[in-house]
Amino acid sequence: MEQFTRIILLFVSTVLVNNFVLIRFLGICPFLGISKQVETAFSMGLATTFVMTLTGAATWLINTFILEALQLPFLQYVSFIMVIASLVQFVEMFIKKTSPVLYKALGIYLPLITTNCAILGLALLIPLNGYNFIESIVFGFSAGVGFTLAIVLLAGLRETLEFGDVPEVLKGVPITLILAGIMAMAFMGFSGLISI
Amino acid sequence: MDSIYIYSLISMGGLGALLAAGLGFAAKTFYVERDQRINQVDDVLPGVNCGACGYAGCSSFAEALVAGDAPINGCPVGGDKLAQLLGEIMGSTAVVGEKKIAQVLCAGGRKETRHPAEYRGIQSCRAAMMVSGGTKSCQYGCLGLGDCVTACPFGAIMISDNGLPVIDPEKCTACNKCVLACPREIITLVAQSKENHIRCSSCDPGKVVRKICEVGCIGCRLCVKTCPVDAITMENNLAVIDYSKCINCGLCADKCPTGAIEFNGRQIAEIEITDKCVGCTRCVKACPVAAISGELKSRHVIAQDKCIKCGICYEACKVKGAISVQYLD
Repeated sequence: MEQFTRIILLFVSTVLVNNFVLIRFLGICPFLGISKQVETAFSMGLATTFVMTLTGAATWLINTFILEALQLPFLQYVSFIMVIASLVQFVEMFIKKTSPVLYKALGIYLPLITTNCAILGLALLIPLNGYNFIESIVFGFSAGVGFTLAIVLLAGLRETLEFGDVPEVLKGVPITLILAGIMAMAFMGFSGLISI
Repeated sequence: MDSIYIYSLISMGGLGALLAAGLGFAAKTFYVERDQRINQVDDVLPGVNCGACGYAGCSSFAEALVAGDAPINGCPVGGDKLAQLLGEIMGSTAVVGEKKIAQVLCAGGRKETRHPAEYRGIQSCRAAMMVSGGTKSCQYGCLGLGDCVTACPFGAIMISDNGLPVIDPEKCTACNKCVLACPREIITLVAQSKENHIRCSSCDPGKVVRKICEVGCIGCRLCVKTCPVDAITMENNLAVIDYSKCINCGLCADKCPTGAIEFNGRQIAEIEITDKCVGCTRCVKACPVAAISGELKSRHVIAQDKCIKCGICYEACKVKGAISVQYLD
């Protein structure tokens, strides 16, 4: 039971309190790049969540059974990047096969998940925080959910803003950055909600 | 100590091999059929991603071409040569589009126009136009500060000493960048074979144009009346050529009192019907001024006093050598 509570708490804390995008400032590139439409933003969120969940599991396995067992912690970066790159390749092939429309909408940002710092950040945080296998998966999944939440919220705001009367100088990227900043401040309100 | 190296090599190598195998398997499972022609088209395209075709880049154009959305001659940079290559790949005979080049529709340089003001500021037409419409008395004419020169990615435009852009037809690729850059909208793309150009964009009435420019269109309608194929119309005090009708006869340029119409082609000096004529009456029907007379199956005659030397009969004649044309020069 205690384990279950821990997992729920971990989920809520990763999604809201330590949101990857808005509190840790990881993965800003796709956050600004593909947040023009809610639909594509959601798809990007799903793809990222999928990669993050798999990364969480793979990272724990590699870290525990290879790197720690053989005492090779210095190979963390190399091995994690390798795993992430392969996973992204896999997701790309999968999406290309199943949904060409989505593949086109995500465009260059899909292969860029590889170099998305949110994913590598996740991979490096898992050994740092000492999570177990289940926790790693939940951590990866909830990080993805947090990313999806943030990007969908921003996309919704930007869609509404299309019809707004934005001053000429702020049109486009500037107003998006301001929005992102305000969202980050709003999410700071969650800090102190839970502590583990 | 040595074990670290060995373990590193084995673990990372093994991991890499495992992932590679997984990806290889996935690549086969999720293989998407892609038209081989897309790659072939991509290979022959210029690859500069200039966007002149209207697509995001060369590879998007290649995809659209293979999908049948883009025309074979859609890449203005590659021109006819590329269109032929693409035609071979696509297996269809290329509808070779004629090469177009940019034409500046203003001939009023420093000498021909008045400049009531002097502009000292950012050397850009767009900026100069913000300051009460530029320094020229003509509010339609070229400002001569070279926004088109900056926009041209091929170095085909130069500003002459007279303050007008000169376009090098050899270098021009019809990429449309200068057309978009010009704040006065006086540059257009015209097929290279067309020799008549009305070098004026002024919509002012003739009285005003006469005062401010020596070579402007004064809206006298002489060209409209002269044109044997009705290719010229008046729109807002300005003569406009419909290039789909123009036959390059140069008569309009001859008649234009201000010299606003430029003609670079060859003008006909003499035109005659030879004894090869089979009497098909094609030319009789084609002649806009009814200068040709003749019965069916007998040799036709051109009445030289009526003939305006437009060359329409020469174009209409299907018998080789039946109409002989001699050009001036």
